[in-house]
Amino acid sequence: MTVRSRNAEYWTLGVLKWASIAFFIAITAFPLLYMVTLSFKDIAEVLLNPANFFPSWSEVSSLETYRNVLRPAEEGGRGFVRLLRNSALVALATVLITVGTGTLAAYAAARLRFFGKRTINMAMVLVYLFPAIVMAIPLFVVFTAIGLRDSLVGLTIVYLAQTIPVALYMLRSYFVTVPVEVEESALIDGCSRLAVIWRIVLPLAAPALAAVSLYVFMIAWNEFLYALLFLTQSPELWTLPLGLQQLDSQEIPRTVLMAGAVVISLPVILIFFVAERYLVEGLTAGSVKG
Amino acid sequence: MTQGPGDELREINSAPEVALVEEGAGPSTPPSPGGSTIRQREQRLAFGLIAPAVIIVLALVLLPVLWNVALSLRELRLIELQNFNPLAFDFSLENYEEVIGDSDFIELLRTTLLYAVLGTSLSILMGLWAALVVQSAFRGRSLVRGLILFPYVVPVVAAALLWRTMLNPQIGILNSWIQSVFNTGNVDFLTSRSFDIQIFGLEFGLPAAFTMIILFEGWRSFPFAFLFILARLQALPGELYEAAEVDGASALQGFFHITLPQLRGVFAVLFLLRFIWTFNTFDEIYLLTGGAGGTQVVSVEIFEYLFGRSDIGAAAALSIVLALFLAVLLLLYFRFVPTEETG
Repeated sequence: MTVRSRNAEYWTLGVLKWASIAFFIAITAFPLLYMVTLSFKDIAEVLLNPANFFPSWSEVSSLETYRNVLRPAEEGGRGFVRLLRNSALVALATVLITVGTGTLAAYAAARLRFFGKRTINMAMVLVYLFPAIVMAIPLFVVFTAIGLRDSLVGLTIVYLAQTIPVALYMLRSYFVTVPVEVEESALIDGCSRLAVIWRIVLPLAAPALAAVSLYVFMIAWNEFLYALLFLTQSPELWTLPLGLQQLDSQEIPRTVLMAGAVVISLPVILIFFVAERYLVEGLTAGSVKG
Repeated sequence: MTQGPGDELREINSAPEVALVEEGAGPSTPPSPGGSTIRQREQRLAFGLIAPAVIIVLALVLLPVLWNVALSLRELRLIELQNFNPLAFDFSLENYEEVIGDSDFIELLRTTLLYAVLGTSLSILMGLWAALVVQSAFRGRSLVRGLILFPYVVPVVAAALLWRTMLNPQIGILNSWIQSVFNTGNVDFLTSRSFDIQIFGLEFGLPAAFTMIILFEGWRSFPFAFLFILARLQALPGELYEAAEVDGASALQGFFHITLPQLRGVFAVLFLLRFIWTFNTFDEIYLLTGGAGGTQVVSVEIFEYLFGRSDIGAAAALSIVLALFLAVLLLLYFRFVPTEETG
């Protein structure tokens, strides 16, 4: 009797499991597929029959929507090459400054004893959770007043406030897990702290630094609110998220919009699939112990 | 700080003769004849290392927040920004009266709170479900795992555009499916307040745009919950389940009596984080519905005050109200949820 009910339970769970797997594939793979296939379609075809979202070979090979998106505005395109450049500049600058300052601060927070350490650690977590919209208004006012509003430099500065706490938190939880013995013996041998950081800590932390860099890059690359607030009036400075959103408010074929969505998504998806393991570990570090 | 990091370098280099013996508490605090000087050096070095990060963050977070309070007490329009004197002393509470006295204020808070609670719950439940499925071994598991992360990784602008396209009344594939399955007639789900569905001849009214923003939030953030829950599940000791099986417990009993209790800490952390973020959400709703069809939330309303009505003072006041409301909710949370579960 118990064996039979066990068997029934086993089969029910098995069916449920495969149904669940199918469900999760459907809600993730289908939107991805739809985005990619529709981005190649000719809009006239889609209007005739919305269910026909697979492109023909001639549609794929013509790349018409992608040409449209990437062509400069002067030639009747959407100027996404310029947007790509703007986004890349902001994201790379954010990564460099965040990882540089974040590494030093995280090392101090993990290894050194100093007055106010707990307060600073707590404050960083709070900042991480703090609503971006609450800082948005005063930053908008100040940056307008000092002339930094319509500039990529201003945007980068604002991104730092969001990325440094994340980087600090992730790197600190990494440094805490690294044994201190190597550093101690280097200190005994007369190495200075800064030399220890440069010669021992940084090389050992390379995978963590890579993960944090990629994560910060993704945050800056995807950010929308501050770009909208700061850059709306300067189309030549738009980042990709802002440029794509602004297209949506015009009369642009949705197939072209999907091509834009693919262009903006491709870098982060590639990054994620290359470095998934490190990113996941960095993200969930410290939160699975309790 | 008058000393740069270079001075620290020389200073510490100049004292290699000091014996590095453990002083008790810290593993790397060498005592010296002078007693506290090494400790002071360590402290100075630490401040030097941490200063750039802390200064940037404080200048961009703490100062703006304080300034936001000042702005909220002023009558300030967008066009007056050029000749704005931050030090002038003419405070009033008019902005708060304007914002709280607005006839839609209660509705606004209600929508925001409901969105945060439902969106958070949906993302955690879906994350739990996905984690339980992916935890067991099957062919193509790593592919499914990667796919599940797609909604979280894809930029929010692209995700919102994708949903807007799928739900487009003319060409949207999802829109035509919902219409044919539930017999809804031609509905634009992102701008309508409600729609009627027919199942087995019965007709229901459902909120349209509001349902969509909840589903969008659940879809976008369940991978986050999934990652945290999966990490915790994989850290659970297998002996617990073996012992339960020996004692004749079924898989379901194992789930309810072993798995769920072990996940309580993760649930508490996830709920806290996701609730805070969802409560403040701007991007998802602004991009998907723009606040149409009964989806106006506080963050989008703040943006409306700022750009739609060019009223900086009122926007600042509403953002302070948002922060205070959130702070009260968090205090209640910590009051009623035992703290060891949130650590």
